[in-house]
Amino acid sequence: MTKDFEPLIIGFTCNWCSYRAADMAGTARLKYPPNVRLIRLMCSGRIDPSFILKALAGGADGVLITGCHPGECHYLEQNYKALRRVKLLKRTLAPFGINPDRVKLVWASAAEGVKLAREIGVFVEEIRELGPLNWPARSTPEINPVVEEVEEVAG
Amino acid sequence: MAENKERIGVYVCHCGTNIAGVVDVEEVARWAKENLGDQGVVISKDYKFMCSSLGQDMIQADIQKEGLTRVVVAACSPHLHEKTFRVAAERAGLNPYLTELASIREQVSWVHKDKVVATEKSKAVVAGAVSRVVMHEPLEPIIVPIAEPTLVVGGGIAGIQAALEIANAGHPVYLVEREPSIGGHMAQFDKTFPTLDCSACILTPRMSEAGTHPNITLLTYAEVEQVDGFVGNFDVTIRQKARCVDTDACTGCGICEQKCPKKVIDDVFEVGLGYRKAIYTPFDQAVPKYPVIDRENCTYFEKGTCRVCEKFCPTDAINFEQEDEIIEINVGNIILATGYDLFDARRIPQYGYGRLANVFTSLEFERMTNAAGPTSGDILLRDGKTVPKSVGIIHCVGSRDRNYNNYCSAICCMQSLKFAHLVDERTSATVYNFYIDMRTPAKDYDEFYQRVLDEGTLFVRGKVAEVTDAARISGEEGKLIVQVEDTLAGKQRRIPLDMVILSAALEPRHDAYETAHKFGIACSANGWFTEKHPKLDPVATMTEGIFIAGAATGPKDIPASVSQGSAAAARVLSYIERGELALEPVRAMINQEQCSGCRICNDLCPYNAILFHEDQMVSEINQALCQGCGTCVAACPAGAITGTVFSDKQVFAQIDGLLFLEKSALVPEMA
Ligand SMILES: Cc1cc2nc3c(=O)[nH]c(=O)nc-3n(C[C@H](O)[C@H](O)[C@H](O)COP(=O)(O)OP(=O)(O)OC[C@H]3O[C@@H](n4cnc5c(N)ncnc54)[C@H](O)[C@@H]3O)c2cc1C
Ligand code: SF4
Ligand code: SF4
Repeated sequence: MTKDFEPLIIGFTCNWCSYRAADMAGTARLKYPPNVRLIRLMCSGRIDPSFILKALAGGADGVLITGCHPGECHYLEQNYKALRRVKLLKRTLAPFGINPDRVKLVWASAAEGVKLAREIGVFVEEIRELGPLNWPARSTPEINPVVEEVEEVAG
Repeated sequence: MAENKERIGVYVCHCGTNIAGVVDVEEVARWAKENLGDQGVVISKDYKFMCSSLGQDMIQADIQKEGLTRVVVAACSPHLHEKTFRVAAERAGLNPYLTELASIREQVSWVHKDKVVATEKSKAVVAGAVSRVVMHEPLEPIIVPIAEPTLVVGGGIAGIQAALEIANAGHPVYLVEREPSIGGHMAQFDKTFPTLDCSACILTPRMSEAGTHPNITLLTYAEVEQVDGFVGNFDVTIRQKARCVDTDACTGCGICEQKCPKKVIDDVFEVGLGYRKAIYTPFDQAVPKYPVIDRENCTYFEKGTCRVCEKFCPTDAINFEQEDEIIEINVGNIILATGYDLFDARRIPQYGYGRLANVFTSLEFERMTNAAGPTSGDILLRDGKTVPKSVGIIHCVGSRDRNYNNYCSAICCMQSLKFAHLVDERTSATVYNFYIDMRTPAKDYDEFYQRVLDEGTLFVRGKVAEVTDAARISGEEGKLIVQVEDTLAGKQRRIPLDMVILSAALEPRHDAYETAHKFGIACSANGWFTEKHPKLDPVATMTEGIFIAGAATGPKDIPASVSQGSAAAARVLSYIERGELALEPVRAMINQEQCSGCRICNDLCPYNAILFHEDQMVSEINQALCQGCGTCVAACPAGAITGTVFSDKQVFAQIDGLLFLEKSALVPEMA
């Protein structure tokens, strides 16, 4: 089943660094797998755990969060806050029945188109290994209420 | 999701073949029309170049004729054309923030090859943009008035230039310098490359112009303590350190300095090579001309007696009781030009600086060649008498070295060539340059290199392993031996020399990070101030109203520092001329009804934009201070904070849209 499984990944990017890295990957015509769809935020500090849950509940198999390198945040140090938040969230994923490795944080500066493209490729393969999440479709009674709750929190 | 009061137009751009070569754009447009009707899509078109005036006209006409309330353009990166389409919408009478640009070029056609897959992904990206744009709200830019005065921090050549430009345009400037005089590093040099004009001759007139300009308030021996406020309206607290000299009375005659019995090693201006007194002006042409008493070293402050300067001062200007003064100013803009520090060559022990007497740093050598310096311009060994017969200049000391700084310090090749020329001019010594690569890329620089080559300077390509005084063979006794792999000759060499000069790296000021933090800007990983954009906006920062210039932004020569000073001034002048500024309304707001007063957000804000009203127990965000990072929005446990442009609703809607394809495909399966 996992053989022709194409993972679906939602990626959050920071307007100042990783989104620009994605622009740069484009300008340089680098190639990376098409499995990732990006959302632009102003800063990785904007990452709300419910964004991640919403993406996973909505059908994504993995979530990639990208931000400026520590010490290089355009808003001074908000990426550290993202780091803390993502770490916490990963800890709470297991009880939901989700492998924490489905959520990954990667630093990429505006100049690192190559790195971003490479990291996307690596993450797609990691998720391919983990297989599909099928969270909402897996309608076991224990999980259903959780999904509904997430849907509710996520609006 | 089916509340389709909105009338959305979707415009898919071919970008010539840039997009259409990989994405079936007609199919994407057709699909959007057919499948996104529930979300409110009423028109969906493709066109060769959406950003062309014809493309924009098409959108404008549709807004007016079809009554579109939202517009999605699927084209290139928003960093390229977001503004273009916002302006087009505005021309047609639609609020500019009701548009969304979906990037199917940088994020699809340029990075993927398979046409089917790229077309499917484009659909998803368009669907994401459509669901998101529904959640957009009409916004107005935030208008802030700009106070006329400007603060310039750092009185090196970059800061002086910036201050003069603004002052000459007729606007008030406060120039704050931490040392007793302005001038910065340039004041320490004798000659400047590549023209070899005398540094003092070109700098001193600028310094005195800044010192006497009616529009410039010069605050030397002073430092900024605190900055509050935002672009157009910064409240700045400055500490004027006590000079112990009454500047109204002082005439700058210098008698106090002559009479002062206390000699102190001058670590700053003379970089430890010379002495100054406890009451001093750092150099003869100092601006302002008033001395300061160095209270740490003054005999009176140490032992309670002396006051010799006071006795001799003809105008009774000495005031031992003077205290630090706190000055509060209000400015509209700030320029930071705090320059660089020289790399501490002691950190490379194998080069022997601090241990081997005749190893000098580049700044020490600058002082030595200066006619007003400790040796009156004579090039002498540390004993102060002997003229060297051989001199080695080592490049890249602390630069381009993983152990210290990865970057190239940009000026030291030229500075080393300048030194080679000066040694050649003033002594009959043989000169060696030990370099890794020769980097002389600016105007007239390579010509200068050729000139120094013609003068007979010897060049050895290779990284010096060691400078030692341990002689191994005859001819090495009493010498400094430079051990180097000559990579052109392909062999190890030991070259005995009398004097070695270390061309040390330029490093960020030791307190650059604190300064950046004080003014709310960022530093790169190396510690230099970060530009808003390294190429297209090199003197602005992410914080509106704070500009940067000179070597504080990275290693730079004098022409580049001066250019940046002027550039930063031009940016400030355009703000002053306009009188007000329209800021992007990317902001966070607190719904005070929902705020529980937990104060979690208060400390998260990097700009201290969130204040707490003790009386009502609620937090509030200062709209002019907030830069819209969104951290507080994500953190508020009560969900009381919303962010415009990147609200929860917008992000959730975009997630839904991006996953729309799969969801709609799943439905039949699950049913
Ligand atoms: C040995 C050597 C030789 C050189 N020779 C040449 C040459 O021949 N030609 C050439 O083009 N370039 C030369 N350079 C480069 C030149 O020094 C720089 O380009 C130039 O000095 C940069 O000017 P600046 O104003 O940006 O910084 P600086 O000269 O460093 O001035 C910064 C000023 O800000 C002040 N300051 C710092 N922090 C604060 C604070 N927090 N508050 C208030 N004030 C503060 C400092 O006291 C200083 O006065 C040389 C450099 C070296 C090391
Ligand atoms: S300018 Fe020349 S000497 Fe200086 S770090 Fe660069 S390469 Fe080395
Ligand atoms: S959005 Fe960022 S900058 Fe604005 S108030 Fe919140 S934390 Fe501060």
